[in-house]
Amino acid sequence: MSRFQREPVKLVPVPSPNFIPERDVDKTPILEVSHLGIDFGGLTAVDDFNMAIGRTEIAGLIGPNGAGKTTVFNLLTKVYQPTRGTIMLDGRDTAGMNTIQVNKLGIARTFQNIRLFKALSVMDNVLIGLHNEMDYHLPSAVFRFPSYWRSEKIAKGRALELLSIFDMQDLADAKAGSLPYGAQRRLEIVRALGTNPSLLLLDEPAAGMNPSETTELMENIQKIRDTFKIAIMLIEHDMSLVMGICEGIGVLNYGKVIAKGTPEDIQSNPQVIEAYLGKKKEAN
Amino acid sequence: MIKKSTIIPMPLRYLINIVLFAAFLFVMNTLITGGTISKYYSGVISSIGISIILAVSLNMATGYLGQLPLGHAGFMAVGAYTSALIMKAAAGSLITFPLALLAGGLVAALFGILIGIPALKLKGDYLAILTLGFGQIIMVVLLNIDDVLGFKLTRGAAGLQKIPKTTTFLITFICVGITCFVIHTIMKSRHGRAILSIRENEIAAESCGINTTYYKTLGFVVSAFFAGVAGGLYAGNIGILNPSAFGFMKSIEILVMVVLGGMGSMFGSVLSGGVLTALPELLRDFDKYRMVVYSLVLVVVMIFKPTGLMGTYDFSLNGLLDKLILRLKGGKGDGGGKAVLVEKEGKANE
Repeated sequence: MSRFQREPVKLVPVPSPNFIPERDVDKTPILEVSHLGIDFGGLTAVDDFNMAIGRTEIAGLIGPNGAGKTTVFNLLTKVYQPTRGTIMLDGRDTAGMNTIQVNKLGIARTFQNIRLFKALSVMDNVLIGLHNEMDYHLPSAVFRFPSYWRSEKIAKGRALELLSIFDMQDLADAKAGSLPYGAQRRLEIVRALGTNPSLLLLDEPAAGMNPSETTELMENIQKIRDTFKIAIMLIEHDMSLVMGICEGIGVLNYGKVIAKGTPEDIQSNPQVIEAYLGKKKEAN
Repeated sequence: MIKKSTIIPMPLRYLINIVLFAAFLFVMNTLITGGTISKYYSGVISSIGISIILAVSLNMATGYLGQLPLGHAGFMAVGAYTSALIMKAAAGSLITFPLALLAGGLVAALFGILIGIPALKLKGDYLAILTLGFGQIIMVVLLNIDDVLGFKLTRGAAGLQKIPKTTTFLITFICVGITCFVIHTIMKSRHGRAILSIRENEIAAESCGINTTYYKTLGFVVSAFFAGVAGGLYAGNIGILNPSAFGFMKSIEILVMVVLGGMGSMFGSVLSGGVLTALPELLRDFDKYRMVVYSLVLVVVMIFKPTGLMGTYDFSLNGLLDKLILRLKGGKGDGGGKAVLVEKEGKANE
C-alpha cells in the first residue's frame, strides 16, 4: 500500500449543517476540570485533579502504570461518577450526566483495550458513530421513507470521508475484527470522530504500533485537530509521540498531578524523572 | 475506491423480492384451495409459518440484541389469548382476524415493555432466569384463573375452546413476509445498527452516544410483538388454547430453532423454523424413532457447526443476481469477481 507517499486527503464539505459546525475558535477552554477525585472504597484512585484544555489544543496525560490516567478518562466520560470535583465542558457542568449525555455534549473517546464492534463491517462501525447525526425515526426506517434514503446516503458519504483521513476507505466492507491491530486503533478514532466531538480522548493510540506507524499517527492527530478544529487529549507511553505533538502535558502519579507544563518543562522536571526512574540514592 | 456493486437499482431490488414472494403465495394458495395439498398438510404448512415467525422474532432478541430470553412462549400465550378472545367475541367479520392478530401483537408488546425494562438491566444468565420466570407466571396464571372480575374469559385449565379456525395459509405467510420485512428493514437502519452495537460491545455503544436502554427495550418489544402475532395465528390454527402448551418447553423449542439456524441469521431462523416443525410431522410413520431423529439432528449440527446452520450468513436473492450479472459482464474467470463486495440486501423469504 502506498502508505508513505499518498496524497494529502482533502475533506470536502458535506451538504448538511449537522456535520462539523463551525467551531468557536476563541481562547476560552473547552474543558475545565477542578478538584476531580474518585474513591473506590478506601482507595483514592484520583485526587485533586485540575486541568484546562484549549479549544484546539493537543494535551497529553502521562504517568507510570497504575497512576490513574485511564481512570481520569473514565471520569470525564462518566463511565465512573466522580466522588468529588467538577467537570465543565464548554462552560456546561456535566454533573449527574451519563456516558451518553456526555457524548452528545461533545466528548468522544477511544479505548486502551480496543472496543470495536468486531463482527460488523468497518462501514457499520463508523455509521454507529454517526448514529446521532442521522435523524430519521423508526417508521421511516421500516417503511423506507425518503428521509431514510437521504439520511443514510449522507451518512455513508460522511463515513467514507472520515475513513479517508486514515486512507481506510477501501476497507469499508471488511469486517472490523479482521483488521490488523494498527488499523483497528485507527478505526476507533474514526468512529469517535463520527460522533462530532469537540474534545477527543485517545487512550494509548500508539500502543502496539511500530515507529513508522507512530510517526504517521502523529501527523494524523495533528491533521485531525487542524481539520476539525477540536481539542485532543491523549494518554500515551510513547514519549516521542507525546513530546512531539502535545502542547501541554500533565503528569500523573498515584492519582495526583505532580507536574504540568510544556514538553520542555516536563522533560527537565525532577519530580517527573523521579516518578519514572526513581530517586537517586544519596551519596554516602 | 471499490465501488459497491449494487448493480440492480434499489426500488427494483424490493420489487423482485415482493414479486417472487407473491408468486410463491399464489402458487401455494392455488394448490391448497384446489385440494392438491390435503387439509392436514396445509395445517402443517401453517404451523411451519407460525414457527418461522416465532424463530425470526426470537432471533431479534438473541441473535441481534445478544440477550437470552427464555420466556418467548409467554409472549406467544398473551397474544394467543388476546386474539382468541377477540375472535370469539366478534366472529364472522372479515377484518376481525387481522385486527385480532394486531391486538394480540400489541398486548404482547405491552408485556414486552413491562418485562423488558426490569429484565434488560440484567445480563446473561440472570436475564434468562427472569424471563423464564415470566413465561412460567403467564402459564400458571392462565392455568389457575378461570374468571376475571366475574367474566368467564380464559377458562383456566379447561382451556379456551371453539375459537373460530380462521388461520389460513395465505394469512400466515403474509404475516411471515411482514415479520421478515419489518425486522430486515429495522436491522438495516440506524436503529438496527444500534441494536447490533449493544450485542457487540455495550460500553463502546454508550461511548458512541447510543441510548442502550432504549434500543434494548426496542429490540425486546419488537420481538414480543411478533411472538404475540404468532400466538394469534396459533389460536386460529388449532382452535383450542390450553395454557400448558405455552410452557417452558415451548420457549426452549423456539430457542433451539434460532440456535440451530444460526444466531443473527434471519435466513437460518426461517430455514430451521421450517425444518424443525416439518421434521416431526414427516417422521410420523416412524413413530417410535421420530423424537430420536429430531434430537440427533440437533446433536449432529451442534457438533459439526456450532454456530448454527447458517452462522451469521444471510441469504440475499439480489446479492446472488448481482454476482451472476457481474460474472456474465466480466467474462470468464478474470477481474470482476475480485472487487465484488456484495451488499447483503434481500430478505430471506422462501
